[in-house]
Amino acid sequence: MSDLFTADERARFDAGLSELLSHYPADRKRAAMLPVLRLVQSLKGWIPPEAMKLVAEKLETTPERVQEVATFYVMFHTQKPGKYVIDVCTNLSCSLRGAEGMLAYLERRLGTKAGTNGDKYFLRETECLASCGTAPCLQVNEDHHENLDKAKLDKLLETLT
Amino acid sequence: MNVEKVVTRNWGKPGQNTLQGYKQGGGYAQLKKALELTPDAVVAEVKKSNLRGRGGAGFPTGLKWSFVPKDNPKPKYLAINADESEPGTAKDRFILENDPHSLLEGIGIACWALGAHTCYIYARGEFKYPSAVLDKAIAEAYRDGIFGKKLMGKDGFALDVYQVRGAGAYICGEETALLESLEGKKGWPRLKPPFPAVVGLFGCPTVVNNVETIASLPPIFEKGAEWFAKLGAEKSGGTRLVTLSGAVKRPGTYEVAMHTSIKDLIFDAEYGQGLPNGRKVKAVIPGGSSAPVLTADEIDVKLEFDAFKPLQSMAGSGGVIVLDDSTCAVRSLWRVARFYAEESCGQCTPCREGQPWMARLLRKIEEGRGETKDLETLMGVAKSIAPWPPIGLGNTICALGDAGALPVQSFVQKFKSEFEQHIAQHRCPYGDKPWGHYGDFA
Repeated sequence: MSDLFTADERARFDAGLSELLSHYPADRKRAAMLPVLRLVQSLKGWIPPEAMKLVAEKLETTPERVQEVATFYVMFHTQKPGKYVIDVCTNLSCSLRGAEGMLAYLERRLGTKAGTNGDKYFLRETECLASCGTAPCLQVNEDHHENLDKAKLDKLLETLT
Repeated sequence: MNVEKVVTRNWGKPGQNTLQGYKQGGGYAQLKKALELTPDAVVAEVKKSNLRGRGGAGFPTGLKWSFVPKDNPKPKYLAINADESEPGTAKDRFILENDPHSLLEGIGIACWALGAHTCYIYARGEFKYPSAVLDKAIAEAYRDGIFGKKLMGKDGFALDVYQVRGAGAYICGEETALLESLEGKKGWPRLKPPFPAVVGLFGCPTVVNNVETIASLPPIFEKGAEWFAKLGAEKSGGTRLVTLSGAVKRPGTYEVAMHTSIKDLIFDAEYGQGLPNGRKVKAVIPGGSSAPVLTADEIDVKLEFDAFKPLQSMAGSGGVIVLDDSTCAVRSLWRVARFYAEESCGQCTPCREGQPWMARLLRKIEEGRGETKDLETLMGVAKSIAPWPPIGLGNTICALGDAGALPVQSFVQKFKSEFEQHIAQHRCPYGDKPWGHYGDFA
């Protein structure tokens, strides 16, 4: 447990945790689960197993309960992801405006296959990102990009160094 | 199509997403006004306005509020559903981005009416930017003394407002799954009854309202319930935010009148401006991808909530997806089915097993491997989850079952010959190239 966090991370975790717990009734610590897991992920880039034990202890629940939540929600990484997580919406509205072609283009440009987690890129198909009127869209490490065309995408890819 | 702007009245004005900008336009005066009324009078006003839930069900908001028991000694909660994830729907995020204080002022009004001292805003995990804007707005409202120990200076009435971000699960837009998620659990819907108004968050009475619904409250109190009711059509007060996507020249999110038809939305110069490349409408999904599909002959229908009943479809969450005559119905449906297969929470057997089964069958048909019996199996599986028509006969705890079963039955019923053609010809008549005649990636 001791080497999960650096001293700085530990301080940020403790401060974040006490703020989050103040949002809920004192006997409902477990309610802070999603925000606390998000906090862990913001510090470590993913949610390692030892972090699940720590969260369980702090929220007065079991590691199984924590794991159940961490694996239910797709935004929580229970495996360390590549440096750039690229989520491409291929739902209907985006597909009607070229998302499938965009995904194939990304696979070619990045030399990876959708669904494969690599050191640099983790390219994934994702479900509707509420950009239906501004399709097609994708997210890079949760930053949203919409109304994409080839020129815009190329420009974006240049920033992923 | 000159429509009085209600929820978009402040969009595009500089500084509007800050407290200072919002107050300059008269912001928070309506909360002050509402606090001078009794809570019962606020509920009565909302009832009179014919405001209906904008999350998809169109349930009368004032009526929903009145289900909260008055004699229950437990604390009461307001939960705001900002988990916008129904495919085709992109409206609430723009309220958060452009005018977060309208939502916060509405929350103040609603909590006063309900006697709730805590509100949780459950925002979609993927909404990084909208959530950042909202967090800033909440902090501003606390600093200004709007939220906190005295709501807008009201002695003895505290209100705390917190944003909670989801983490990527469509099911958490279902109100009881949202409450489970707020309690720190996986999003498995609860059996109803009891309804959240009686047993909700932490076992306490809870009202769950959509962002657009609550953001409509300040204009209702500014201009009056009668004005809002009159602005609408039939029993649906106000205007509607709709998202137009797919095969139109000008996709986007528009505020339209309740009496605007889907046809006008697609073709009007102010909205969709028609289809590009001389294409014709083949089909329209009118209210998010779960709404039963309409054929080109059925689109002269008002966006008002009750108008879809004779068509056995729904106005839902306002996500209008246009398919043109070059688009394969089987492939479109397969894409929709994959979504519900992916997002089924796994709790109820018909949905957990049925949604992926339907997606597999549709893939088989689309890829030219379909057999005649597959169509029968497909319809059988769909009916076992939720037979249609009418809407509302689902065999699962929540409506996600219906959401996946309705598109399948409506597409097969209305475009049956196309499914049969795929099976007879052992191929997709539209070819197998990637979609997207409007994109340049192919």
